[in-house]
Amino acid sequence: MAEENLVEIRGLHFARGEHVVLDGIDLHVPRGAVVAVMGASGGGKTTLLNLVAGSLQGQRGQVLVAGKDTTSLTRAELYRLRQQMGMLFQHSALFTDLSAFENVAFPLRRHFRLPESLLQKLVLMKLEAVGLRGAAQLMPAELSGGMARRVALARAVIMDPLLILYDEPFTGLDPISVGIIASLIRRLNDALGASSILVSHDVKETFAIADYGYILGGGKVIAEGSPDALRSSKSPMAQQFLQGSPEGPVPFHYPAATTFAQDLGLQVNK
Amino acid sequence: MNEFFIPRLGHVVWESVPRLGAATRLLLGGLGAVGNRHFSFRQWLREVYGLGVLSLALMIVAALFTGMVLGFQGYYALVRFGATSALGTLIALSLLRELGPVLTALLFAGRAGSALTAEIGSMKATEQLAAMEMMAVNPLAWVVAPRLWGGIFAVPILCVIFDLVGIFGGYLVSVPVLGVDGGTFWAQMQSNVTLSGDILNGLLKALCFGLIVTWIAVWQGFSAKPTAEGVGAATTRSVVMASLAVLGLDFILTALLF
Ligand SMILES: Nc1ncnc2c1ncn2[C@@H]1O[C@H](COP(=O)(O)OP(=O)(O)O)[C@@H](O)[C@H]1O
Ligand SMILES: [Mg+2]
Repeated sequence: MAEENLVEIRGLHFARGEHVVLDGIDLHVPRGAVVAVMGASGGGKTTLLNLVAGSLQGQRGQVLVAGKDTTSLTRAELYRLRQQMGMLFQHSALFTDLSAFENVAFPLRRHFRLPESLLQKLVLMKLEAVGLRGAAQLMPAELSGGMARRVALARAVIMDPLLILYDEPFTGLDPISVGIIASLIRRLNDALGASSILVSHDVKETFAIADYGYILGGGKVIAEGSPDALRSSKSPMAQQFLQGSPEGPVPFHYPAATTFAQDLGLQVNK
Repeated sequence: MNEFFIPRLGHVVWESVPRLGAATRLLLGGLGAVGNRHFSFRQWLREVYGLGVLSLALMIVAALFTGMVLGFQGYYALVRFGATSALGTLIALSLLRELGPVLTALLFAGRAGSALTAEIGSMKATEQLAAMEMMAVNPLAWVVAPRLWGGIFAVPILCVIFDLVGIFGGYLVSVPVLGVDGGTFWAQMQSNVTLSGDILNGLLKALCFGLIVTWIAVWQGFSAKPTAEGVGAATTRSVVMASLAVLGLDFILTALLF
């Protein structure tokens, strides 16, 4: 338990066929910190989380979680490591055939044989923490988007994980829910003594709760630092992302093999 | 047939090898996962009940009609030879050896198999399977194994029900309607139908069909494209593939067990 960083990523390279998604990423998550990973859609943020969780494997480089390289673990070892991880999926991913209560109870029921009264207490504690004890018996279809996200959050932390992964937890929520989720992420991280990786492109909310941030672009880390340092970053790519301007080094056009004029048949062949 | 036929056929076969490999791994992994600590007997029981009950009403209606039609058609053939006393035997043998297992499996594929594919496909599309993996619960044990074993168990039970209801339907037409002697109907059937040769033969078929239909359904769900459209397409594919597989396998089994 001596390492200072819970997650260490070194020179990570990941490609899908020809398409290079991550091209030599270095990233670390100190114990107790909330680390933000930002970047444009399709920039490989979800891929990065899957690499940390060991559901994908990079072609080069290392991903160390609590000192273990997730690429070299057997399935059983990986599952043991995952019992110490929680993940909040982009679309909540609640089990549609189980109530909110049973969704949160699911990991406990699968991994431990607890007396029902104890299980009840543990689950209600987590539901209370996300403010949804009253909604325990509702089915996922009866929950609003923000409530579903909070139930999923309670489920992600039910095993008191060391590491919590958040995949765009603010997307598609109203401003009030965004604020609630943001403060929950910080509070749960500190209360559990966990570390968090927060993937998002919501600059304002993310900077309000993160200790450190990385901005990805073109498969590389284009800027990193504390929120303040990032705001005053000189990198034009980072500035374009933070200000959300369409003009800048990040191209608006998807690369095409032919020019626009050629596609329109305007080029005269000689 | 043009000159590209052979290379294209080769290509199709070559392309399907890895997919077949993945499907086989899913089957073996799923069947083997009964030993996994995340396999739940309760979950299996729920599947047997769910899959069985889903198709039960359909089975009963279909079996009744099938049996009644067999009564008419059998009578039509046998009356020419003055052998209508064998009508009960004919109906029972047709159902037990052939129509029971095959029709049960086809109806099961259309009703329960399609529902299974749609369920697993949408679990995939909404990241429920990925979430399960992240919670260190193996979907092979929690999702696949109970369904595979559920199907293997449910189809033979449904087949027995189909056979019984079908024979009853045949009786309704033969005895009260067509005037065959009731005593002869049952007595002939009893003395000519054998346990191992006919009844177990049919149940063995039903078992194999249950396995293959459920396997295809689960596999199609797992390999569905994770979109609403992809799940719909997988559901259709599941029913078409399973129906063809049942008919093909039926030929092989019949030839082997003849
Ligand atoms: N299952 C997949 N198959 C093929 N390509 C994928 C798949 N998932 C993601 N990609 C591609 O990988 C890239 C990174 O995707 P992703 O990590 O989801 O980005 P982000 O989460 O940052 O929006 C994208 O270009 C996407 O098209
Ligand atoms: Mg993403």
